[in-house]
Amino acid sequence: MKIALLGFGSVGQGIARVLAERDLGITITALADSKSGIIDPNGISLESVLARKEQTGSCGKTGITAEEIVRTADYDALVEVTPTNVQDGEPALSHIRTALARGKHAVTSNKGPIAIALPQLRALAQGRGVQLRYEATVCGAIPIFHTLEHGLGGNRFLAIRGVMNGTCNYILSRMAAEGLTYDQALMEARQLGYAEADPTYDVRGIDTAIKLVILANSIWGLGARLPDVDVTGIDRVTPEALSLAEKQDCTVRLIGEAIQEPSLLRVSPRILSKDHPLVVYGTLNAITLETDLAGELTFIGKGAGSRETASAVIGDLIFIRDCYVKGP
Amino acid sequence: MKLEMKDTPGQLVTALKPISEAGGNIIAIVHQRDATSTSDTIDVQVVLELAEKRLGPLIEDLKQHGVRVQRIGKERLIHRRDFIIIGHIVHTDLSDTVDQIDRTGFSEVSEIQMVMPGIHEPSTARITIKATHADDMQRAVEILRRIAVHKDILVIEPVEEVL
Repeated sequence: MKIALLGFGSVGQGIARVLAERDLGITITALADSKSGIIDPNGISLESVLARKEQTGSCGKTGITAEEIVRTADYDALVEVTPTNVQDGEPALSHIRTALARGKHAVTSNKGPIAIALPQLRALAQGRGVQLRYEATVCGAIPIFHTLEHGLGGNRFLAIRGVMNGTCNYILSRMAAEGLTYDQALMEARQLGYAEADPTYDVRGIDTAIKLVILANSIWGLGARLPDVDVTGIDRVTPEALSLAEKQDCTVRLIGEAIQEPSLLRVSPRILSKDHPLVVYGTLNAITLETDLAGELTFIGKGAGSRETASAVIGDLIFIRDCYVKGP
Repeated sequence: MKLEMKDTPGQLVTALKPISEAGGNIIAIVHQRDATSTSDTIDVQVVLELAEKRLGPLIEDLKQHGVRVQRIGKERLIHRRDFIIIGHIVHTDLSDTVDQIDRTGFSEVSEIQMVMPGIHEPSTARITIKATHADDMQRAVEILRRIAVHKDILVIEPVEEVL
């Protein structure tokens, strides 16, 4: 199977490394980063492109753009792994649309386009008989969408609750363990690379809210948008809150909660007993599904990281390869 | 409530029937038979939810079925939930916050534990609310949320309801 890869940062390079290491029957025929691009219908040499990126900061030639690759290159599936744009999902949204319209499958780790335009993109993919998959958008390595669609296919989903942001979970874990203030824990998270220079998007709960929108729209087809989520972040949580919770064998976690009936989409810091399955530590993510047939299930795993995200993207590609793409 | 009844087959059902007929919600039954007992009666403890005004008629009804109520332990507000609130709790009139919940009649603030780290810094408190029924608790939570928006207080709610 041939893929075109857009985005060659941590996630894109992670995918290229795994494909170079393992024979999965997947060839990259086109690749673009923010500055350059490369097209080779016979398959790009991944070792040399990874080395070039490390030495020069670019993957290919300037003048070959992502837009051109999406429109003209020969590939079976577009893999879109550029950073999320919450405002309008662009340029990823246009690239995914173009690929689907060309009858190409699309796989993305980019939350923007999926949170903004899932119903339209789904309709487009269905109309063209191709797959749109986005496993990597929610809870990184946890195969939540495969589980929802296939493993638990036929169940009704009553509620989803989860710890979906590693930055917040790291900060709250450290505040509880060491009695750190929010600012101290945030500084530590930054030094370790767990928080962005501008952490607003994570600590105010926006990242979790976007993931909740994607989950709710996938499961219930709600057509919900970011403003429909009632969002409270963790930036006002005090160390005293964690120590008061601790006295009752409880702790505080940022929980994204989606309930079907009565309809509720909420992100807020919550008190949980320390033996609650959603109480995970450090940057881990956890997600509990409440279903009518299977009962309650909780999945725990890494929510971010180069190889962890690559795992989710490659899982989507293998699914497409096995179910839709014929030939070698 | 602790009930005393004859140690004959079917007596337990006879005792429980009036409770459900009175609209009572049975939460737990402790029924221990002492094998060495020579008494011809047994004691059964029943934990139940019941509207207060129905208690008198229920006791009468039980008596007519040969069941004696030995003891009744009452806790009016059985639903309990802990919250953590953060903000300028005292300066936004704490007694008003408590009063808004207490004066509903169906819920009350039963405990507050507060930490005030510095004069101009936000305080943090654990606040326990008790209510008669689950619905009443929900209404109390909504009142607390409204107060929080009005007074710029962060409310951290529990994930699951704790009975």
